Amino acid sequence: MTRTTLDRELQRLQDEMSLMGSIVSRALGESVEVLRAQDGAAAERLMSADDAIDQQRYAIESDVLILIARHQPMATDLRALAAILEIVGDLERIGDYAKGIAKVTLMMGGAVPLPPLPELPLMAAKARSMLSRALEAFLRQDAEAARAIPQEDDEVDALYNQVNAAMIEMIIADPSRMDQSNYITWAAHNLERAADRVTNICERAVFTVTGDMQELDAS
Amino acid sequence: MTIKLQAAPVRVVSSPTRAGATTEVHGAASASRADTEPRVELAASHLAMNVQDLAAGFGSFRAVDAISLEIRPRTITAIIGPSGSGKSTFLRCLNRMHEEVKGAWARGTVSLAGQDIYGPGVDPALVRRHVGMVFQKPNPFPTMSIYDNVAAGLRLNQWGRVPDMDERVERALRLAALWDEVKEKLFQSGTALSGGQQQRLCIARALAVEPEILLMDEPASALDPVATLRIEELMRELVRSYTIVIVTHNMQQAARVSDYTAFLMMGEDRAGRLIEQGPTDELFTNPKDSRTEDYITGRFG
Repeated sequence: MTRTTLDRELQRLQDEMSLMGSIVSRALGESVEVLRAQDGAAAERLMSADDAIDQQRYAIESDVLILIARHQPMATDLRALAAILEIVGDLERIGDYAKGIAKVTLMMGGAVPLPPLPELPLMAAKARSMLSRALEAFLRQDAEAARAIPQEDDEVDALYNQVNAAMIEMIIADPSRMDQSNYITWAAHNLERAADRVTNICERAVFTVTGDMQELDAS
Repeated sequence: MTIKLQAAPVRVVSSPTRAGATTEVHGAASASRADTEPRVELAASHLAMNVQDLAAGFGSFRAVDAISLEIRPRTITAIIGPSGSGKSTFLRCLNRMHEEVKGAWARGTVSLAGQDIYGPGVDPALVRRHVGMVFQKPNPFPTMSIYDNVAAGLRLNQWGRVPDMDERVERALRLAALWDEVKEKLFQSGTALSGGQQQRLCIARALAVEPEILLMDEPASALDPVATLRIEELMRELVRSYTIVIVTHNMQQAARVSDYTAFLMMGEDRAGRLIEQGPTDELFTNPKDSRTEDYITGRFG
């Protein structure tokens, strides 16, 4: 019967954080679809949906502060709450990256047909897979899994470098496509940054389990 | 739900109606004792307390002054404040225990389900039947068994034999989360239990008479951290069915356990006054009054 209130509240916060993670992950996937389809209306919808993600972050932060004030958590509980504060910040930023890609779609205006960009959905899928496993590692308190995930960031970086090189080639071949090329590079950069944020989440998962603050950046 | 606070001979004409409460007064219908008692019937949602402009003290000393506070049904309200801020005096005014001390006085209104418990003709014993109390130090009756400790309140309140006593004792002990620990030794002395168990026995004793409101005066201050946590978790269980008011020196306990918090502080005239009250979530993260902020952050008190 001891400490059921604190356990229940911690579980509720973790559930909310998980839910926020799924919403952010879906937004990231959709942003690339919207860009490839050059769908302005969907891009606007995606941009306005980001407000709800921001609100979710503030709500979770507020709940964490209330839980700390009311229950004086110690040790693992305290580290988990500090980690949740950081993680929801990272999730909110990943939401901003999705919003940024939607914004790029609007700025491109659909005027010129896009080159084939197989790397972008691959980057999004990789980042989403890493995100989902990082959150799971945090929830399961699995430091080993959390340590392994950031190595996969190299794959995302490699894809980003491919996009970058392709865009430079495109500008050389047709300087009139300078703007389009910049927009696409911007979108790819957002996906690359999203994967970097996952590394932060993994660091928080390891910290929660071990109490050690470690940089896990593989590259 | 019927609330009876008046002793038999006193005739209630009507009780003051507050905040939309609907009161219905039934006249005497037959000659039996129960039926000749005036009854005021109220919906369960009105089983809250409303304190208006309460002042109380001893002789020329004013311990609390000008306190108005609403106690919402099915919630835990914590009263916090430094020593001497009148927390316990305030609590003891809520079931007329305060006046048991020689020279004690109280002014103002404390309404329970719309009736002023300080109104004319109100029987303090009936008030205490509806508003139970648990004290700082576990105080089981030393000469009685565990069973008799719980049964004592029922026997006192029900004027004689209680037909379903065994069931009632078991129910009260289960409510107090003590049944599993004592069911094999119900007829052993209550004082043989640990401090935490004794306090839960006292909670069972208070619950046995089925009060609507439970007052707790520092109920865990004599207990170790594990026993304290058990009492706190028990309170969260009980609040599903009861309204609880707790006085505590332990601010962290108030933060952990309560839904609403009221902060009392001694004024220049040494009388305790209500400085701030509100949802516990807000009072401990964003208090409105700088004195509350100073107290909860440990800058004074």
